[in-house]
Amino acid sequence: MADPNRTVVVTDGSNDASTVSGAATGVQSSPKGEKGAGTDPSKMDQQTLAAVLQFLKNNKLKDAEAALRREAKLPDGNGDSSGSSRVATSGEVSSVLSAYESEGDLARYCEYYNSLSSFIESSLDAHKHELGCLLYPVFIHMYLQLVYNRHEKEAHKFFNRFSVEQEDWHQEDLRTLSTVKTREQMEGNDLMDTFRSSKFVLRMSRDSYQSLRRYLKQNEHRELLSILQDHLFIDVFDGVPRNREQVQATSGAMMGEARRDANKVKVLYGLPKEPDINVPLDDDDEGAEGEDKPKKKKQKKDLLLNKNKKADPNAPPPSRIPLPELKDADKLEKVLSWKEGLKRVPLGRENLPSICFYTLANAYQNVSAVGVSEDSSLLAAGFEDSNVRVWSLSPQRLRTMRNASELDQLDKEADDIVERMMDEKTAADSWLLHGHTGPVYATSFSPDREQLLTSSEDGTVRLWSLHTYSNLVVYKGHNYPVWDVQFSPTGYYFVSGGHDRVARLWGTDQFQPIRMFVGHYSDVTCIQYHPNSNYVATGSSDRTVRLWDVLNGNCVRVMTGHKAAVHTLAWSPDGRYLASAGVDKNVLLWDIAYGRLLAEMKGHTDPIYSLCFSREGSILASGGIDNTVKIWDVQKVFEEIAGSDDLTSLDRASLVEVGSLLLGSFQTKATPVLKLHFSHRNLLLGCGRYQHS
Amino acid sequence: MSDRVLPDVTAESIKVIAESAGIGQLPDEAAAALAEDATYRLKQITQEAVKFMHHGKRRKLSTADFDNALKLKNVEPLYGFHAEEHIPFRFASGGGRELHFYEEKEVELGDIINAPLPRIPLDVNLKAHWLAIEGVQPSIPENPPPVPKEDQHAADRPPGVTAKPSGKDGTKPAGKPGKAEVKGLPSEVAGVKLKPVLTHELSVEQQLYYREITEACVGSCESRRAEALQSLATDPGLHQMIPRFSTFVCEGVRVNVVQSNLALLIYLMRMVKALMDNTTLHLEKYLHEVIPAVATCILSKQLCQRPDVDNHWALRDFAARLMGNMCRNFSSNINNIQSRMTKTYTKILHDEQSHLATRYGALAGLAEMGHDVVKSLLIPKLKEEGEKVKMLMEGPVHNSVDKTAAEHIRALLLKHCAPVLAKIRPGPDNQEQYKTDFGHLGPLLCAHVVKARQQQQQQQLQATTTTAAAASVVQRPTLQIPQGRASAVLSAMAAPRTPTPQPTTPSLLTISRPSTPANPPSTPTTPTPGTPNPQTKYIIVSTTKASTSTTLPSTSTISSSGLASSSSSAASTIVKFVSAAQGSASGGSEPRVLAQLPSGQKYVVVSVPSSGQTTTTSQGKTQAVVMVKSEGQGSQGQGSNTGITSAAGTLAQLATSSSQDSTKSSTGLQGGATPKPNS
Repeated sequence: MADPNRTVVVTDGSNDASTVSGAATGVQSSPKGEKGAGTDPSKMDQQTLAAVLQFLKNNKLKDAEAALRREAKLPDGNGDSSGSSRVATSGEVSSVLSAYESEGDLARYCEYYNSLSSFIESSLDAHKHELGCLLYPVFIHMYLQLVYNRHEKEAHKFFNRFSVEQEDWHQEDLRTLSTVKTREQMEGNDLMDTFRSSKFVLRMSRDSYQSLRRYLKQNEHRELLSILQDHLFIDVFDGVPRNREQVQATSGAMMGEARRDANKVKVLYGLPKEPDINVPLDDDDEGAEGEDKPKKKKQKKDLLLNKNKKADPNAPPPSRIPLPELKDADKLEKVLSWKEGLKRVPLGRENLPSICFYTLANAYQNVSAVGVSEDSSLLAAGFEDSNVRVWSLSPQRLRTMRNASELDQLDKEADDIVERMMDEKTAADSWLLHGHTGPVYATSFSPDREQLLTSSEDGTVRLWSLHTYSNLVVYKGHNYPVWDVQFSPTGYYFVSGGHDRVARLWGTDQFQPIRMFVGHYSDVTCIQYHPNSNYVATGSSDRTVRLWDVLNGNCVRVMTGHKAAVHTLAWSPDGRYLASAGVDKNVLLWDIAYGRLLAEMKGHTDPIYSLCFSREGSILASGGIDNTVKIWDVQKVFEEIAGSDDLTSLDRASLVEVGSLLLGSFQTKATPVLKLHFSHRNLLLGCGRYQHS
Repeated sequence: MSDRVLPDVTAESIKVIAESAGIGQLPDEAAAALAEDATYRLKQITQEAVKFMHHGKRRKLSTADFDNALKLKNVEPLYGFHAEEHIPFRFASGGGRELHFYEEKEVELGDIINAPLPRIPLDVNLKAHWLAIEGVQPSIPENPPPVPKEDQHAADRPPGVTAKPSGKDGTKPAGKPGKAEVKGLPSEVAGVKLKPVLTHELSVEQQLYYREITEACVGSCESRRAEALQSLATDPGLHQMIPRFSTFVCEGVRVNVVQSNLALLIYLMRMVKALMDNTTLHLEKYLHEVIPAVATCILSKQLCQRPDVDNHWALRDFAARLMGNMCRNFSSNINNIQSRMTKTYTKILHDEQSHLATRYGALAGLAEMGHDVVKSLLIPKLKEEGEKVKMLMEGPVHNSVDKTAAEHIRALLLKHCAPVLAKIRPGPDNQEQYKTDFGHLGPLLCAHVVKARQQQQQQQLQATTTTAAAASVVQRPTLQIPQGRASAVLSAMAAPRTPTPQPTTPSLLTISRPSTPANPPSTPTTPTPGTPNPQTKYIIVSTTKASTSTTLPSTSTISSSGLASSSSSAASTIVKFVSAAQGSASGGSEPRVLAQLPSGQKYVVVSVPSSGQTTTTSQGKTQAVVMVKSEGQGSQGQGSNTGITSAAGTLAQLATSSSQDSTKSSTGLQGGATPKPNS
């Protein structure tokens, strides 16, 4: 059976030969992290290759096919292999579906399920909860078998009888499933594709597994056995069986839990040493401000020394990913932000932040995205009527560049050339950007605030210049709605993710993606670049959070535990912790070092759409469409786990018991909180659109 | 589970659809197959549409989400089918069939082309405010009211007693040291962090607000006062300032009674009324200051410089009514306000030496206490009082002051006792009998009782046809005087922070109404005290140019119409509420929009449709309309006005029974007046 991810990729790139080859390169690297426990890597690869080749052939993409053949050192496929593979593809869907072909007595499925359920109920308390996870996948696959074999009535009965027993968080998928009532409908249903082509992952202790095997031996339910073999992957670990809380904490994802080995790769989550910006900086300072120069220089040197001292052992080598070189302006920027940081208010349990809330009034179209620049000086809002609007949050008004002839007359050697380039006459409080043809779902400012990225329902990502307020580049590739886009902290790179289940890494100067991160079973709903630019975290509506290595495109962490789609992510400033939240109204806090769940923060009453760590990482702010900003004490969690950093306890996802972490809850009148952002001084900015009535 | 899923499309529907598409004979089998597939597709698309809703960060699925989901499935979306809020399907049933249909109106293209261009909608703007300052949410109009009324009550208890229910989001960190202790007891109710109970520092904004309000309330500009009172009566989040306001009233009365400054006393009483009207405030804790002040205004010997000319009677009536309301609202077994006040009143009545004005106040106070009090305390005294009145009016010593007092006392007694007598005394009414029972007042009383009976009969007649609620109104009219919204009309425009009474900035005024269009426009109805008053009012919002919206709270609230000027806004809103008509209000039954253009400024005023009878008393620019809907039909002008009083409770509160004389307007008691019974 072909790996699902590959099939997905291939189908997505169907319009464009270049994209497909891009996809192919992405694919080659991605499965490494996924596979691990797979059967036979070389065989799998062969199958995949054959499938890709067949696809290319079918779509008459000869060049791409030839290129792939050359690369894979395969003979020209016009002759021998075509016959066999054609058979395979023509029957592709049916062959996969035929996994559901069964000669067994389908009418007895109810009985089998009941028997399994009662076995689990009667098993020891220690094993009960681990074994309980079996019921859901078994239920699903039994139902699908019934449907596939045209036992619609029995299927309906079976569904009605047992679907209520499933856990709450599965009901959403079950609702989708319940619409599938005939064999014909099984084709083309996304969820169906996922279920039939991927294995549901379960983790259980060896003891629990043994008891399951004993049961299966005693009762020779061949159908049950075949379902377990074909559609389930049971990841057995040595150790104490997990209890109910532990099982529940990590369950909920569409395809079960993460495999144990999926989170084994070491993640270099540390922040690299700050580049030495002493020398050019002095010059800049002298140019820029003269008065408080001596004092400032001294402080700055202190800071740089400090930074030099702490070389993080977990930091990736600076050359791991080619990053854009720092320009003088960037260095100046860094110094300024550091200077701002000196005025930072330390936040914590005793010192709650001040919140400045920006309300968008008179917006007749709903606001679907809000972005704030890193230095909190610009705000961009995306509207459902395809518009994007940029505001200045600082007294500095927004100006465009002078036209070419005027620019030509300027003295290009002047110190304040950037300032002079701007046309004072055009100063405005906000600029409207037209271009998208569908609701805008994400906006992201470049770190230098010269560019803006937006993604939209129309399947494109657009790059805008904030000097001319015009569209520079349209990145096509997703073909489906692009839910999120984000610039890397260093600029140049950016990542987008959308309905096609793929997250793509781009460079601003390239039309094609540089990397494709493939592995989510459903839409990629949100993206967050790691502060060290080496990793990308994605959240998905398959209810998982994944971490990807930008270097090789591998998935290095899979984190399950959300019970509904994830809609927002946030990195702690030190790069080790990741917070995620979404439709299930809970904020989850993850330790990236081990891929484990640290804490669950409950309190919101509606989906959460924004998360932000304070600048020193002691406070987490969350906001959602329940019109509330909540402040969480994450410092407490970090302190709790600091002691228990031993690796022995890591196999068991043990939640830190921290009681209530909620520090404050601030309600707006009628404004959903769509964006939260901490300024350099730790002032929390919020933004949303006022909702009438 | 399965019953939560959308109902299936039936084969029958498919057939109907097929017919409408011109396919006459669709085989049953085909219809069934199609129905099944249609169901599946519909559900699939709905599930996709939900994704778009989530990404649009909304709670409601919109038609646009469906379009997008269709596009996702490579299906042509339904063009031109957009709905902001409700999908405009209409429901119809009949003949055992239920139908949902989409009403497509025929539109005359010519009308659209010839119609004037619509107003350009306001541009999107961005407005900043402080949601929290170092963890404390400031009470500003942009934030929700800090403490709901129930919680204020809870906070009124001493800290030790308050076993606060910890919010469902989690408990407050135990023992927050340092800062928290300085500020007092931190409390958290329902996840909202409350201000510490013992905080008594007002923010600068609050101090400004206090100053503005108090200055406006006792100042000379009537329009500003009306606005200030409106603010006091409606704005949530004033609870921190109540101690200040109550002290202000208390001290103000103390000083002005000594100086006999009638106007100021009236202003202060109106403040008390406004505070009482504010449903978000909890006044109970401050009654010890307010009640003496109000009682003073009822009972004081002298309230004005010239007792023979000035209409201090109106003040006494007004204050008495306030006191009656207070007793009803706040009296409990613990504080016994009602019985204590009643005792005070009766003591005065028993004292033969008491001043006539004081006597009048005591009688008015008792009369406002309700029917039972009138029955048990006033009616037995009728004879005695009647003799006194007779003596004063016909006695040898001719004193004009005493004579007016006697007239007022007589009018008061007649007005309040007649309805009660009509109820407790069996007919028929005999002049002689009355004379023997009530002495001097007997004959007059008899006439009044007869009128009251007539009225009651009419009401009962109506009550049989109208609802039971109306009947209860008839039975206990005085109880129906609620803490309704003041129906004072605000004429001129002035922001609380803008000292000039005339608007300077707004170039255009538009009307937006927060209520649903289905509701009839605001009438000062009589809501029962238990239910919150539906805040239907007209908001006149000026639409200045976007550029004028600076960070000043006053101007920015103007431009961002929705945010700060919604009906639940706190302190310094500058919304104008118009609940009565300009011009003749008894006329049109449809809302009218009048536009005046004084010196280039445009006011748009909407008149209230008068579905019932209206009685107006013109008072210069301001007017109030009394809407009488269910009772009082035909009784207008005849005199006995129980029904009207009850229906227009809010107005009656403002008005005085002695509104005949034109001195009323000079007293400053603006508002409507119910017609006074002619004796």
